[in-house]
Amino acid sequence: MSTATTTHISVPGREQPPMLVAGPVAWARANLFNSIGSSLVTLALAYFLLKYAASFIDWAFLKSVWTVPMDPATGKLDPTACRAAKGTGACWAVIWDKYRFILFGRYPFEEQWRAAIVLVLFIGLFVTSAMRRFWRRELALIWVATLTAIFVLMWGGVFGLRYVPQDEWGGLPITLILSTFGLACAFPIAVLVALGRRSTNLPAVKLLCVIYIEVIRGVPLISLLFMASVMFPLFMPEGLNPDKLLRAQVAIILFAAVYLAEVIRGGLQALPKGQYEAADALGLSYWKKMGLIILPQALRLVIPPLVNTFIGFFKDTSLVLIIGIFDLLTSGKVAVADPIWQAFSTEVYIMLGLIYFCFCFSMSRYSRGLEREFSKSVRR
Amino acid sequence: MSNDTQPAIVLEKVNKWFGQLHVLRDVSLTVATGEKVVVCGPSGSGKSTLIRCINRLETHQEGRILVDGTELTDDTRALDTIRSEVGMVFQSFNLFPHLTILENCTLAPIWVRKMPKVEADALAMEFLTRVKIPEQALKYPGQLSGGQQQRVAIARALCMRPKIMLFDEPTSALDPEMIKEVLDTMIELAESGMTMVCVTHEMGFARQVADRVLFMDQGEVVESGTPVEMFERPQTERLKLFLSQILRGH
Repeated sequence: MSTATTTHISVPGREQPPMLVAGPVAWARANLFNSIGSSLVTLALAYFLLKYAASFIDWAFLKSVWTVPMDPATGKLDPTACRAAKGTGACWAVIWDKYRFILFGRYPFEEQWRAAIVLVLFIGLFVTSAMRRFWRRELALIWVATLTAIFVLMWGGVFGLRYVPQDEWGGLPITLILSTFGLACAFPIAVLVALGRRSTNLPAVKLLCVIYIEVIRGVPLISLLFMASVMFPLFMPEGLNPDKLLRAQVAIILFAAVYLAEVIRGGLQALPKGQYEAADALGLSYWKKMGLIILPQALRLVIPPLVNTFIGFFKDTSLVLIIGIFDLLTSGKVAVADPIWQAFSTEVYIMLGLIYFCFCFSMSRYSRGLEREFSKSVRR
Repeated sequence: MSNDTQPAIVLEKVNKWFGQLHVLRDVSLTVATGEKVVVCGPSGSGKSTLIRCINRLETHQEGRILVDGTELTDDTRALDTIRSEVGMVFQSFNLFPHLTILENCTLAPIWVRKMPKVEADALAMEFLTRVKIPEQALKYPGQLSGGQQQRVAIARALCMRPKIMLFDEPTSALDPEMIKEVLDTMIELAESGMTMVCVTHEMGFARQVADRVLFMDQGEVVESGTPVEMFERPQTERLKLFLSQILRGH
């Protein structure tokens, strides 16, 4: 009888995982070396990866030239050391010499602090807008105030600031102006166009939206930019000629709005019909129904493609290079046209790539966080 | 505009087609204020379409529909007014998943009735208490069971203080054990004197609260009468067949 009380009866509980089911070694075994074929592929890839990574690190950091001495005769930098290292080591000295030109373009050198403040304002604006606790009506005022400050700083002509005409602007501020204004203006247009295209009782509006979308989408952005910069002035009366940046900006807005509109339309279509009907049945008017019920849900659904479009357009602003607007890419290109540095364009393009990457990658990470946060509150 | 002698809902020879399909055939119906009407019939008989025409989620092509003395036309402003007087409960609840239970209930009072938020919150809590889920007020619809969601949907409609409540198969999407809690809420509402039109197959509910039962088949009202007349002395073969199918199912 005593056995019944003393014998330990093992309860079938959760078993301990066997050795090497978890951990990096087990992971590698399961994913990289699970068969002879996959082991071979892993080894071959690892070989190439290490070889190229090593030679890149060698080139970029170990054998690279960071500074070059000044040539006392000409007062210019002497790139002899860089030329000697050409092919084996990077010449980062070009960045030290040219970074202000790359960032600010032909903006007057002694006024570039203004452009630097503009960059800080932009980044501050992005960070503020990204934080959900600032998502209230005041944010719109912050945007208006910041953007006004940005234009005052860029143009000058008031508060004792020297006037800087628009064709002397350049570099990163131009890229940020084009993309921020472009997307901020394109977004509301896109919402209206998407709603218009879905409208059932306004066939004329619907037709207009469809025509707008199909025409603009069917034309490359480059040709639209050409039209804005070359053709458009021909149709304008003498003396009335909005500046080139503004024309390019309008072209970008019109183009971005079409793509955003189609993304938003996707979200509108994905919502169950019952949501529209429930809003109707409560007596909400069309705009209240859209603003309170439909759009908040539809936009959440399309955050990934929306951010995808945002990132695409941030980079596409570099196409203004072809109509001679001095954006970040153009100023990088012009910087390496300097005879001293002509041979070292790779280093400059790597830096440009890094700048673009920083902005795009933060957008991407931010959207991931946003999706997670929304899916937490809304479990269907 | 409205008074007690005026019927809540009047349908006069309403016809509707979906393409070639004739879904409502000469439907005429008068619902008095405070009356409870249950509409039943086989699927595809047009009963949901009928109820959806009453707040113009569907448009009819012939005939007239008057709600609270106002005819339903394309005039959207008048339509929004009528809709705010007519509450609707759907088969699939249709709560707004991005808003909390409380926000679901206060949205229309605040934005349509222009009620101050504090007042709307109090009103919503009153109705959530009445449907017995005040403790869920700050959750999201996705966190509630089907029966709870449907009771929230009823509370949401009631927050507009409607004169008429429409129910479109409110228990059809629910698990059996949740049907009773929703029916109890509807019975309580019926006892409070609300004008109700319910599309439902719950014959027990119909017997308990309905003043009149309408049997529809193939887009027309085949037979109507008190629950006792309809269920115990059906006149038409179609109703007899339908009742035998319903009873076999239960």
